[in-house]
Amino acid sequence: MTRLGLLAAGFRRHRLRLILTASSILVAMILFSYLVAIKKAFEMGVDVAGRDRLVVRHRVSIIQMLPASYEQRIEQLDGVLDATPVSWFGAIYQDPKNFFGQFPVKPEEYLAMYPEFILPPEQKAAWLRTRTGAVVGRQIADKYHWKIGDRIPLQATIWRPKGSGNTWTFDLVGIYDGKEKETDNTQFLFREDYFQENRLFGEGLIGWYMMKIRDPNKAADAVKAVDALFVNSPAETKTETEGAFAQSFADQMGNIGAIVTAILSAVFVTILLVAGNTMAQAVRERTQELGVLKALGFKNGEVLALVLGESMLMTLVAGGLGLGLGYLMVSQGDPTGGFLPIFFFPPEDLVLGAVLVLLLGLAAGALPAIAAMRLRTVDALRRGG
Amino acid sequence: MTQSNETLVRVRGVEKQFNRGAEAVHVLRGLDLDLQRGEFLALMGPSGSGKSTLLNLMGGLDRPTQGSVEVAGQRIDQLGDGALARWRARHVGLIFQFYNLLPVLSAAKNIELPLLLAPLSRSQRKSQVATALSLVGLDHRASHLPRQLSGGEQQRVGIARAIVTDPTLILADEPTGDLDRKTGDGILDLMQALNRQHGKTIVMVTHDPHAASRASRILHMVDGQLSTEMAA
Repeated sequence: MTRLGLLAAGFRRHRLRLILTASSILVAMILFSYLVAIKKAFEMGVDVAGRDRLVVRHRVSIIQMLPASYEQRIEQLDGVLDATPVSWFGAIYQDPKNFFGQFPVKPEEYLAMYPEFILPPEQKAAWLRTRTGAVVGRQIADKYHWKIGDRIPLQATIWRPKGSGNTWTFDLVGIYDGKEKETDNTQFLFREDYFQENRLFGEGLIGWYMMKIRDPNKAADAVKAVDALFVNSPAETKTETEGAFAQSFADQMGNIGAIVTAILSAVFVTILLVAGNTMAQAVRERTQELGVLKALGFKNGEVLALVLGESMLMTLVAGGLGLGLGYLMVSQGDPTGGFLPIFFFPPEDLVLGAVLVLLLGLAAGALPAIAAMRLRTVDALRRGG
Repeated sequence: MTQSNETLVRVRGVEKQFNRGAEAVHVLRGLDLDLQRGEFLALMGPSGSGKSTLLNLMGGLDRPTQGSVEVAGQRIDQLGDGALARWRARHVGLIFQFYNLLPVLSAAKNIELPLLLAPLSRSQRKSQVATALSLVGLDHRASHLPRQLSGGEQQRVGIARAIVTDPTLILADEPTGDLDRKTGDGILDLMQALNRQHGKTIVMVTHDPHAASRASRILHMVDGQLSTEMAA
């Protein structure tokens, strides 16, 4: 037997209680894994936003359209490299649950705007050749088992096509990959000219503009210049950086960061109380045994280390297992079916999780361990006997 | 008997006082005692006479309010907590009335416990545990948990744990108090053998004159003082 063996022997005492406590820690860490992934998913648009990219939208709301003529006028402004139109298409693929963003865009301009979207040159050429061509992100292609050459029907919910029915049919000509892990590769992109000509109404209107500026440090000037250009027009604009745009989009659902932090705090305080209570009970029940150890020659510090070690071992094993399981479960991808296109366990949060588990073990074991350390040997022996 | 003339334990002017609320309780009152190496001493007396307290002081489990306790030439009442704990590990073997075995450890592992504090290899520990188990006649019960052992067997495990470090002094607090006469006799035989054949110095607290009769010397305590001394 070793001292570690002595420490582990403590776990054989109340197996059911141990399993229940360890399970609560394990479930808490799985919950932690999902919450940090969700938090990251909402922050991601903000984090990956290009510093040189700005969004120009209608001042009233994103659902109000802007005239197509704005593109040229924006591009004429000093310091603006390009402006390109984007719209929300909002169609359904087979089932309303199959959610992914679809955007009519100008292929060359959009790909230049988003260099992090990697599309092979021959696929790009095919897109430019094919009026009904569409390009999708790898994640979406994999999810729906699409391959190049497939014809993809989408049911319109806003933009009905000309002619009978409300089905738009696209030819899949390309699949793009993200340059970084954080790149959104769930977009469905098709040609803006096809969109303009084939929709039943709204010709000449677009959703918003993405705009690239030469100097990111002059973003504030660019914002002012664009909005000043359209002031007092029927469609005034609100220009903001892509990061701010993503943040305000996330904020529509509330302060996700604060909500997640509040839930995590509540979970950890609860688990701390559960684990702390378990350890305190374990020490109370073993007062006499701890007295025996002291009588045999174990020092106060060694008894403290034994109780604290037990708490640490329990939380580290259960918490580590929970983190590992959480990591695997989160790695399966977005559980919402498309609402969180960027969904992964951020490595820095894995470290945070490990630190939290460590702190949980320390905090849960600290008071019982100190109580055990302070036990007077003769009192402890008497109390049990 | 291997008793020598060397004084192993020297207790001088020991007083022990507890506070029970505002009231001070004097458990030991200026007590003197000498114990020779190889002696088997029985401490008798009514409940509350201070015999267990005296035993605790000799074993370094507690400190006197006043006076000195010297074991093998060392003033243990002057040692700090950590040093006293290590001193106990090296020099004292304790036998308890209710055995005080750890219920989750097998007999062998219970016996091995004090050896975890000694600088011994795993094989050395294993060998010493086997010797101790053999001495108490429980070789065949090594892997049994305490709940799988009878009271007498549990006390034998307790004795094996007390002797496994080859301590200077064995202290037993009512070692047969929880056992029937026959089983208790077996335990007393074993303790007597440890004293006579292996030269172990033993102090035993007991209420039972029959148990005390196995000792080489009997001391009676009343009100925190030694009253009479009898040769066994």
